[in-house]
Amino acid sequence: MNIYQQIASNKRKTFFLIFGFLIFTIIFGYIISLFFDLGLIGLGIFLIIFGVVTYISYYNSDKVALALSHAKPAKKEHYPQLYSIVENLSIGLGQPMPKVYVIQDPGMNAFATGRDPQHSAVAATTGILQALNKQELEGVMAHELSHIRNYDIRVMSMVTILAGSIAIVSDFFLRSLIFSGGDNDRKSNGLMIIIAIAAAILAPLAATLIKLSVSRNREYLADASGALLTRYPDGLASALEKISKQPNLKNASHATAHLFIQNPFSSKKARNFFTNLYSTHPPAEERIKRLRAM
Amino acid sequence: MGILITVAIIILILAAFIWLTYNQLVTLKERITEALSSIDIQLKRRSDLIPNLVETVKGYAKHEKQLLENVTNARSELMGAKTPEQKARANNMVTDTLKSLFAVAEGYPDLKASANFLKLQEELSDTEDKISYSRQFYNSNVLSYNTKIKMFPSNFIAGQFNFKEQEFFEAEPAAKDPIKVSF
Repeated sequence: MNIYQQIASNKRKTFFLIFGFLIFTIIFGYIISLFFDLGLIGLGIFLIIFGVVTYISYYNSDKVALALSHAKPAKKEHYPQLYSIVENLSIGLGQPMPKVYVIQDPGMNAFATGRDPQHSAVAATTGILQALNKQELEGVMAHELSHIRNYDIRVMSMVTILAGSIAIVSDFFLRSLIFSGGDNDRKSNGLMIIIAIAAAILAPLAATLIKLSVSRNREYLADASGALLTRYPDGLASALEKISKQPNLKNASHATAHLFIQNPFSSKKARNFFTNLYSTHPPAEERIKRLRAM
Repeated sequence: MGILITVAIIILILAAFIWLTYNQLVTLKERITEALSSIDIQLKRRSDLIPNLVETVKGYAKHEKQLLENVTNARSELMGAKTPEQKARANNMVTDTLKSLFAVAEGYPDLKASANFLKLQEELSDTEDKISYSRQFYNSNVLSYNTKIKMFPSNFIAGQFNFKEQEFFEAEPAAKDPIKVSF
């Protein structure tokens, strides 16, 4: 897959993502309206909510992602090296320079977000800025800028909000299912069944949407096009080596995990059912091997 | 009647092909122009920094007259350069002369400690990085344009409308003669 196919596939995925979210809203709105006898008005309200959430996720997902990870705008005076690296790489790609953000966190990670190269941002943790030398940081940032150029960011940031909000609703249903176990009257039995059905539909839907956004291919492609930009694949390879030996980020959540350059839950201790279900990145060892072979 | 329709369709397809290819070639060529102007911005920034540097070095190292003159000459050549080839050559000259200037500066502790000098050195090296990235972008655009005008069948359209092959912005060729070191 080359970058033009990747860009087309990302735009297609964004469309299916919104479509999937629309279907979810209709099913969910219909069940709720049926249960509370709201009729078409209930469905209408849900469609309005759909419109608002989709609008926000398309136009403001970058701000949400940056806020969720506690990223602050980086001033040129305070982070001259990071700033000039991003500036230089943007020149190399011939695209506008993204906004630069810094996350106060000793963990090592970085991500890119936005909807297209004209509206994009990159963020790096203070940990990664301290631990990496110039070539390594350049490798990492080239990888992030490739995500921007390939429109990976558009899919990735929309998933953060759309799939994230479904996951929250599904989670809510599962919890109420567990806590309402004692009641025995008919009405609550009906409610139980509806909740069970809703949870049964929602959980896989959320997971499917997240999986849709995840592709190992995307990470390998960003590694490769980043290396083409810096002409120095070893920079990113040695950065990944350093990053994969680090502990987890403190402000990471499953909603934003797929955004980062390396899965923030990657350390051995944190591996459980959920991290595998939401596994977002190819293993660092494999990426390093491929970079070293370039 | 059937033949007439067939001929009309063939002409239509041909016209559409010429139209599309011509527009593609124009787009590719415009991208080269744009990429060249982004190199120019960086070259301009580099030439703007040099007089400051020369003044600063003069204050500390009066004896390096020849060296400073070389830098100034290379700079005026860069400013006068018109074609990408001339620009590339002049830019390589500036790089070389600056390299020897910074090497000599190592022998002047006061100069090396000067905040002004350090800042200029940093800015010049950042500009050099930017030049090399903008050169890379320019060359990749030239590559796709040159490939297009040589490839079948767009080469016919390129020939008809006089689209000429464009020059690459060459980086310094790997040192041909070994560097002479005398003690």
